[in-house]
Amino acid sequence: MASITTNSLVKEYPGGVRGVDEMDVTINDGEFFALLGPSGCGKTTLLRTIAGLEKSTSGSIRIGDREVTNLEPGQRRVAMVFQDYALFPHMSIADNISYPLKIQKVSKQERRTSAEDVGGKLSLQGLLERRPGQLSGGQQQRVALARAVSSRPDVFLFDEPLSNLDARLRLEARTFLKKLQLDLGVTTVFVTHDQAEALALADRIAVMRSGKLQQLGTPREVFQRPANTFVASFVGSTPMNLLEGTVRDGQVQIGNSAVPLPQSAAGLAGEGQTVTWGARPEYLDVATSTKAGSLAGSVTVSENLGAAVLLTVQLDGHDQDVQVVVGEDFEPAIGTSVWVTSEPRRTLLFDSEGLRIGD
Amino acid sequence: MADDGDVAGLGKARATAFLAPALLLISVFLVFPALWTLYLGVTNFRLSGSAARNPKFVGLDNYINALSDDRFLNSLGLTIVFVFASAVVGQSVLGFSIAWTMTRVRKPVRAVVEFFVLLAWIIPSSVTTFLWYALLDRSNGTLNAMLSTGHMAWLLQYPLQSIIVFNTWVGTAFSMLLFSSALASVPPSQMESARMVGAGTWAQLRDVVFPHIRGHALTNTLLITLWTFNTFTPYLLTAGGPDDRSNILPIFIYRLALNDGALGQGAAISLIMIVINLVIATVYLRLLKERKS
Repeated sequence: MASITTNSLVKEYPGGVRGVDEMDVTINDGEFFALLGPSGCGKTTLLRTIAGLEKSTSGSIRIGDREVTNLEPGQRRVAMVFQDYALFPHMSIADNISYPLKIQKVSKQERRTSAEDVGGKLSLQGLLERRPGQLSGGQQQRVALARAVSSRPDVFLFDEPLSNLDARLRLEARTFLKKLQLDLGVTTVFVTHDQAEALALADRIAVMRSGKLQQLGTPREVFQRPANTFVASFVGSTPMNLLEGTVRDGQVQIGNSAVPLPQSAAGLAGEGQTVTWGARPEYLDVATSTKAGSLAGSVTVSENLGAAVLLTVQLDGHDQDVQVVVGEDFEPAIGTSVWVTSEPRRTLLFDSEGLRIGD
Repeated sequence: MADDGDVAGLGKARATAFLAPALLLISVFLVFPALWTLYLGVTNFRLSGSAARNPKFVGLDNYINALSDDRFLNSLGLTIVFVFASAVVGQSVLGFSIAWTMTRVRKPVRAVVEFFVLLAWIIPSSVTTFLWYALLDRSNGTLNAMLSTGHMAWLLQYPLQSIIVFNTWVGTAFSMLLFSSALASVPPSQMESARMVGAGTWAQLRDVVFPHIRGHALTNTLLITLWTFNTFTPYLLTAGGPDDRSNILPIFIYRLALNDGALGQGAAISLIMIVINLVIATVYLRLLKERKS
């Protein structure tokens, strides 16, 4: 059990590209921590640098009270589960699970006992004699997890743990993973590009872009209070609407309409300031008759999401569309005039740099 | 039309015409010599003299003579040592070691090393043997100058060792190339998994690398064993001497058939060699098949 602290951590590749740029993160003991970002944002590089598979260019990493910056991967007491699971195809499942013990020169007998014990915990009984190739994707993942568990590490690192599973299995594995982490209580860092995965699993999320930390917070904070427009648009299954506007008379003027100033930005936006008004589609609603403080427009696309409908509304006098999630019963014809309504406590305001105004 | 397999619609005559040149070449240069060797092996045919004009059928005498001939048995023994030391051990181990080392060095270093190793392989053997002559020469040899060993006659003192080192040097490039591509097929995540649990170089090789490249290693050993078994190049260095001490089978056959003129005897031994080749190939292919099932 241990916390992880990175201090001004930099990983620079030959040619000057920075995979990780001045990272200061503290991951608490026992925490389930997500590194989230689009591909190429440096999240995997950061994970591999913590693992010791990449040498950091400068800065330091501590795990618990140990300085590990220059330690070999095998000396860091860290276990990693790779995206492709990296099971050894020529070894039985039992041998795969107890491989860390083989390296630690534990006797064959004890290795066998340990493999049965750990394999049992991860519902792998009856599969121990098989080869990895004979197992399903979900089972293979559990073997990889079992191998990580059997080395009794201070820290788990998961690289895209769910991305090799098909959609249905992924939900199941997600729940399983969360329960496992809770049971073991081992500090766990995982990398994902899937915001839903990060929101569902993590205690805290670090959102990254171009090697830099964008926001660090709980899923709730990252979802409801994104620090900037990048986080706002990256997190959420339908991206946040980000509309260009101007502050006028205590309202935000967007095209021909004006919406009330978000509660969080009350009194913080100057008259005439160019701002970005942000509202999640789930927090918006539509009315079929005009309403004060709503955005007037007409429906251009209607997408059925099952229990809800995603409407794309073209605003009058504005070149940006706005998306709204409405109940499944409301299915307006294309071209219908609608008024998009919002609640000031659910909307956000960003300045011209993209940073959120107010807390 | 459809079920006689004539997809191109050429008709038998034209199809045969297309195949004829290739078949003719194969017949003239492969089938006929093979059959001719088979025939020679059961005669007392000689390069000159009365037996050249009127070869007599001698049955299996040539084979019986060969198998009870000390020179043949000596030669077979030398060949086995030569193949084992220079191919199975020398080329494989050295080739793998270079390939493994090259996965950990910078690209330019790798390019330079591979270039020189390949050079040994692609330079004509007449040229490389000349270079080795210069290296091992008794009076003005480079090796003697480097080791200050005076006038050591390497090729006379250590003829078998010399051709073993020579053949290892020439042939390592192939093993290196084959193992390089084999190593590239080892999933990096498996190597990293091993590193994460603290596996050292030896454990990584044992648990990840070797199991992955076993098939490649077998193929490599099969090919270089056969090539080394049949190589004639060492003749240019030692001519089988001194005193038959580097008289490996191909050289033995050449000297027997063309220097001594005993073509019938030579043909019989050639056939024995082919049989040995076939046995080696069969054993390896069996091993390969077992791996796959």
